[in-house]
Formats: sequence, structure tokens, C-alpha cells
Amino acid sequence: MTAEEWTAVRLSLLIATTATIFSLPLGIAIAWLLARGRFWGKSVLDTLVHLPLIMPPVVTGYLLLLSFGRRGPIGSFLADEFGIVFSFRWTGAALACAVMGFPLMVRAIRLSIEAVDQRLEAAAGTLGANRLWVFATITLPLCLPGILAGAILAFAKSMGEFGATITFVSNIPGETQTLPTLIYALTQVPGGDAAAMRLTLVSIAISMLALLGSELLAKRIGARRQTA
Amino acid sequence: MSLDVDVDHRRGNFHLQARFTAAPGLTALFGRSGSGKTSLVSIVGGLIRPDRGRVSVDGQTLVDTGSGVFVKPHKRRIGYVFQDSRLFPHLSVRRNLLYGRWFARGSGGATADLGAVVELLGIGPLLERNPESLSGGEKQRVAIGRALLARPRLVLMDEPLASLDESRRAEILPYIERLRDEAGVPILYVSHSVAEVARLATTVVIMAEGKVMAVGPVQDILPLADANDGGAVLDATVSRHDETFHLSVLQSVAGELQVPRLNAAVGAPVRAYIRARDVMLSLKPPEDISALNVLAGRIASITATGGAQADIRLDCNGAVLMARLTAKSVDRLALAPGRPVYAVVKSVSFERS
Repeated sequence: MTAEEWTAVRLSLLIATTATIFSLPLGIAIAWLLARGRFWGKSVLDTLVHLPLIMPPVVTGYLLLLSFGRRGPIGSFLADEFGIVFSFRWTGAALACAVMGFPLMVRAIRLSIEAVDQRLEAAAGTLGANRLWVFATITLPLCLPGILAGAILAFAKSMGEFGATITFVSNIPGETQTLPTLIYALTQVPGGDAAAMRLTLVSIAISMLALLGSELLAKRIGARRQTA
Repeated sequence: MSLDVDVDHRRGNFHLQARFTAAPGLTALFGRSGSGKTSLVSIVGGLIRPDRGRVSVDGQTLVDTGSGVFVKPHKRRIGYVFQDSRLFPHLSVRRNLLYGRWFARGSGGATADLGAVVELLGIGPLLERNPESLSGGEKQRVAIGRALLARPRLVLMDEPLASLDESRRAEILPYIERLRDEAGVPILYVSHSVAEVARLATTVVIMAEGKVMAVGPVQDILPLADANDGGAVLDATVSRHDETFHLSVLQSVAGELQVPRLNAAVGAPVRAYIRARDVMLSLKPPEDISALNVLAGRIASITATGGAQADIRLDCNGAVLMARLTAKSVDRLALAPGRPVYAVVKSVSFERS
């Protein structure tokens, strides 16, 4: 594989990992709110979270460009106050991936939180644990498999994200060129077929490894629960 | 310890309106399902917020709707043993037991020691197991231990034996008795079983349709408890064992009783529950009958139940005994208050205690 191809693989892994890790805490919080919260505007929040799933990725990418771009209201604020720049940077690609994977992540975690027996949480309360402790020691461990599934889904989505990424941060080699955008670029040039095929195989391998890894982890969580 | 409850709570058509004070020892909330027992303990435990009323323990107000006081469940230091044991499936038995200890620190009270609780409940061999591998009876013992180790000032038990079969129940009852007598933690115990209440309770609160019908010591209250299955509680001590016939002889104020061999030491206090339907009356000392136990007494009162039956309350040297006869027998023997009679009790009708 060429250096350019390796760079794209490395960047893809970096972007997907960053997107997953940074969206996980927020994903858990939103999932908990949707599963357990009773507040005005809950269905609005639910819809907002699911929006990237139903909108065309290009639209999501364009909205990100409008709001997080250099001239966008959020983008200019973050750049001026904190020096954080998203547009045409790999961090922007991670943001696009996080947004696109978010509905999948929240859905999986929300289902697992809803499956946690609330009578166990009440029992923990009578033993002196406040709501935060109950969440940390009962709810969170019991829905760990769901959190894992949500994280894997978000990671896989990020590895394959194309539309929003290319719209928001373009396809800059060494900065925002990921596996899918490089494969796309290669298919546009004559003689790029062999390289595109190589990267396709790499992409399949990474997806399968991620899936296998999550299965192993899920088994270990299950095993620990058996011996615990 | 004192627990004062005075609440008023509506849920749909059901109206709970209860007021009682629990004495030290084990207070049984007794009544049919749907009588409001579970709602009442949920209010004490903080899982339900009552529409109106007050709950206080040891002078500390936990709920007072008048002044807007509502202490959150995790700050009440009230142990709760549920019908379904609710052990945490992702923690070992040991870590289940120790769960409440993190939060009990610095809250005062006697230091509940893991070793002592494990010994009290006989759960030493289970410590490293995971809750799913335990039997129903073992689960409930662990649940009781877990509640105790959170150093509660009051333990609520909501039908802790209801989901268990007869033999598992018999396995746990002695542990609850030990808890009542040795751990010194007051217990509020929900049950609809006369046998459990007769054996465990110090004080009984009888509930029906959301209201408290009667409160008092178990000996006085239980005879009123259940129209279908009335009976009387007799406190006794084991005076000797008859190994030839596998019997134990008990001494009570009403006289001597012979029951199937008890697993209790000579001198140990036991409690016999005698169902009203297991008592026959005779005007003369009966001879040549199979029943072993004949107690002399005097009729205190006769209550006609309206149908073919009548409930006779007997005074046997100060102890109360209940007998259920047909109205026809009452008439035939010309039974009337004050008349001396002999109560014939079948040995097998004693609740083992």
C-alpha cells in the first residue's frame, strides 16, 4: 500500500475513535434522559437526536458547515474563544462522524437502559445510594452491553461515513481524507481500481475486527457477571 | 424505637387511611391482599409519597405533607426486604451484602459487622456465589443481610416469604426470629399468613380495605384476625421431650400441651398457634379419646357468625383459646358464658415455633 493509503487508514481510525469516545458520555446522558426522564420537550429532543439518521448526509454536512464553519455562529465563537477549528480539519471529520453515529449510539443505549429493572434501582436507594450512585453502580454496569453495542455501531458508522464528511471538511489528503473518501477519489481517476480494491479489503477487515472485538468484550462482561 | 404513621392516600378507587404506632420488636401488618399493607410500607420506606399525613421514626419526621417535609428514601436509613429479593445480578453475594456499607459510614448507630450478620443468617458458604445461583430461600436471607448491613434503624419486610414454598419458609423463619430477638432492630413485617404472624409478631396491626381495624399485642389481636381461620396464640416453654413417641411437652398457663418433637432446647420459649376449627368442647373431662391435649377452661363469650357456626372464646386460666363449633352444638350442650368446659385440641394442630 502507498503512503497516501496508509495515511487515509490511520486518519479513518483516528477520526472514528475520537468521534466514538467523545460522543459516548453525551450519548449515555441523552439516552438516560430519553429512557427515564419526564420533561417537556422530550419528543422534540428525541426527534432532534434522530434527525441525522433520516436526513440526507449531505444536508447534515451542509448544516454543519453553516454552523461550525469559520463564518458560522458556533464555528467562529469556538475559533475565537478557544482556538478550536473544525472546518477542513480532521477534527471536523470527527464531529461529522459523531453527529452521524449519534442516533445509532443513543438508540442502542436507550434500549438497554429501559431494560434495566427499576426495582433494583429502588432497592439500591433504600440501601442509602443517591440517584447518581444508583446510576453509577447499578444502572451503568447493567446496561454495559448496550453501551458497548452503541459504541461499536457509532464506530462502524464513522468508519463508513462519507456524505456529511466530504460536504463539511472536503477531501484533503493527510487532513480529512478518510478510507471512504479516498476510495471515492480513486474510482474517479483512471488506473485507480487496484488501489480502490485494496482499500475496500482493508475496510472490510477493520469492520470485521471491530465486530469480533465487541463480541469478545461482550462475552467477557457476561463471564464476569457469571463469576462475580 | 418508635414509628408513628398517620397517612391518607388515594390511588384510583383505593383509599388508604391508616394510623398506628409501632412498638419495639416485630410489628406485623396483617390483612388480605389489597388491604393496603404494601402501600403502607412503601410510604414508610419513601417509595410512595402520600397525599396527606405524617410519618416519623424516633421523633424524626420523614414525611409531613402539612409542612412539606419529604425525606428521600436513601436518607431515611430504613432497610427494605422485598418479596422478590432484588439482589444485584452483577455483584457477588459478598458485594451485595456490603453495598449499603459505603453509604452507612458516619451515619451513627451500631456498627453492623459483616461477620456477625453472616453468622446470624447462616450465609457464610454463599459469599462468593453469584445471586442467580442461589435458591429462593438463600436469596431472601442475603436480602435480609444486605438490609441489615446498611445499619437501618427500622427494617421493612414486605411478604418476604410469599414467593417461597413451605419448606423454604420453614428454613427462613428461625432467622427472622433471631433477628427480632438478637439484632435489636425493629421490624415492620407485612404478611397475610396467620401462621407467620402468630410465630413472629410482637404487635399486630390488622388492616382491611385500606383501614387499620385493630392494633395490639399478638395474643389479644390474632383471635380477631381472620374470620375464616381464627385461632389463638399460646405462649409456652418446652418442659421436656418424650423421645419414645417423638413428642415435646410444653408448659403454658392454660396447662400442659403435647406436640410433635420440636427442635428446641428444654426451657426454650415457644409459641403455639391453635386454630379455632381444631378445638372441640366437652362438658365432662373426656376419656378414651385419641387427642392428647385437654385444657380446662371457662366460656368467656359466644359470637354467632350468622350461619351454622359460632365462635367460642375460652378463658383457660387467663389464656385465651378460640373454638369454632356449629350453632347446633352450642344449643345442644347449652353453652353459655361462665360455663366450665374442657377444650380438646388435636396435637397436630400446633404451629411449630
